[in-house]
Parts: sequence; C-alpha cells; structure tokens
Amino acid sequence: MPTIVVDVMPKAELLDPQGKAVSGALDRLGVEEFTGVRIGKRFELTVDGEVTDEVLATARRIADEILSNAVIEDVVGIEVVE
Amino acid sequence: MTARVGVITFPGSLDDGDAARAIRLSGAEPVALWHGSHDLEGVDALVLPGGFSYGDYLRAGAIAALAPIMAEVKDAAAKGMPVLGICNGFQMLVEAHLLPGGLIRNAHQQFIRRDQRLRVENATTAWTSDYEAGQEIVIPLKNADGGYIASESELDRLEGEGLVALRYLGVNPNGSLRDIAGITNERGNVVGLMPHPEHAVEPGFGPDTSVAMRSGVDGLAFFTSAIAAVAASVA
Repeated sequence: MPTIVVDVMPKAELLDPQGKAVSGALDRLGVEEFTGVRIGKRFELTVDGEVTDEVLATARRIADEILSNAVIEDVVGIEVVE
Repeated sequence: MTARVGVITFPGSLDDGDAARAIRLSGAEPVALWHGSHDLEGVDALVLPGGFSYGDYLRAGAIAALAPIMAEVKDAAAKGMPVLGICNGFQMLVEAHLLPGGLIRNAHQQFIRRDQRLRVENATTAWTSDYEAGQEIVIPLKNADGGYIASESELDRLEGEGLVALRYLGVNPNGSLRDIAGITNERGNVVGLMPHPEHAVEPGFGPDTSVAMRSGVDGLAFFTSAIAAVAASVA
C-alpha cells in the first residue's frame, strides 16, 4: 500500500525547545559529536490504490493547511514511499 | 436585557466551567455550547476556554480550530461578535487565522503556573474597555505552549497598529516575543490571551493582593467589558 510521507520542521530561525532539551541531555552524557538537535514531525498518509497527481495535490494542500502551521513550521518534504 | 455569552466546550477543555462562572458573576447569562454543533444558539458573545483540546495533538489548538462549530465562530467574528480566546482558546484563534502569529512551547520547556502581572496596552477592545489604558493587573497564568511568536514585520505591525492588547510585566513567563501576552484583531472584537481572567473574578478564589489573600478580581473587567459592548451594539 503506497504511503505519502510528509516531513514538517520548526522554522530554522525559531527556537526549538524540544531539540534544545535533547541537545542538553547529549551534552550531559558526554556525546560531543553533534552541535545541535532539532525535532520535527513525520506524517505517513496511507493511500488505498494509486497515488495520482490529484492525490498528491491533496497531500500537498493538507500538508500546508493542516499538518503544518506556516507561521511556525515549514513543510520540508513530501515523498511517496511504496 | 441580559447578555448571553456562549462558552464552547471541546474534547479536553478544562476551564469552560470557570469561564461560565465568570460570565455569571459579571452579570451575563452563560450558554454552554458544543464543538460538534453548528449552532451558536443566538448568543451575543463567545468565549473559547482554556484546557488541552485533543491533548494538544498536532499543535495546541490546531484540531479544535477545525471543529464544526468553528465555521460559525468565524462567521460571527467577521460580523463583529465579541470573541475571547483564553489560553487554549487563544491557540485555537491563531490556528483558525482569526488572530495573527503562533504559540509555541515555552522557551524554558516547562509548564508554568503563576500569578502574572500584566499591562493593559489597548483598552478599546470589546474585552478590555472596562480597564484604563496602561492599567496593571494580576491574573493567573498556566500553560506549556505560551510562547507568542510572529515575524518581525508582523510584530512591528501589531505594535504600530496598537493590536498588542496585553503585555507581561516583571517576568516574561514563556519567552513570548516583545512580552506579548494577548492581542486583538483590527476591529477589536476578537481578543486572545494566554493568562486566565476567568480565574480572578471572585474574592476568595483569585490571586493574592496586598489587601488580602486570594482577593484578586482583576479578571472580571474582561467580561463586564464584553457585556457593555453587547449592550452598546443593541442600543
């Protein structure tokens, strides 16, 4: 069954409190390889049948209008996974 | 005429009962409304109460902003009905694009509960006209996602047009840009704020004051302001 994966991230210029919390925990554990952590969301939209242009257009629309809030987030990827 | 003020209950609303009580104590009749309905039951004003609708899933207020009754709320707001969003209700109003900007997780990443000092910046809205411009008030604040954000240009516009209704004083409790605690739309009928006026309406149950413990009733004027606005629109 095909799945459309939508990735949403907090806007780059905004503070990401969740990512900052994880980054702080890594510091405390002595993990020093990473200079930052940012946390976003992954949505998996399952499709019963073929992913037509129309289905993809609907996915793009709800990604912009519902799955993300353009004031605070960016849709960074929409991808069809078989 | 007694003003009828609707309080909409969503799955996960917590402060709908307190909002109804505040409306009653300020002299109006509270009307319980349900998110799944398309009927505002002829109310004169609306309160979207605090809580954690839909468990704050997706984004705080995002799923509630898509509720059936929100279509009627948008229509009523466009016609000038006074609409107040408190905390989760404020989050719903920004998610429904009835107010600009967004609310994100508190900068310190923790839930916060405190009696919060505020300055009323705009005392001309439907919900703040019973205050004086510049008046300082203390009402409870309790939230996890209370950080108000908007683009620099949007913030400049809000400041320039006097749309910042309330500002945090003393402590910025959640990292809100420009210490913004509440905003209004251009028309002044739609107001949203993170702190809770409905928890400061009855002596014995409000914030402490210099006079007596729990005697603070600084939130009452939000509701009396709206009742006055309704009376003025009918007269």
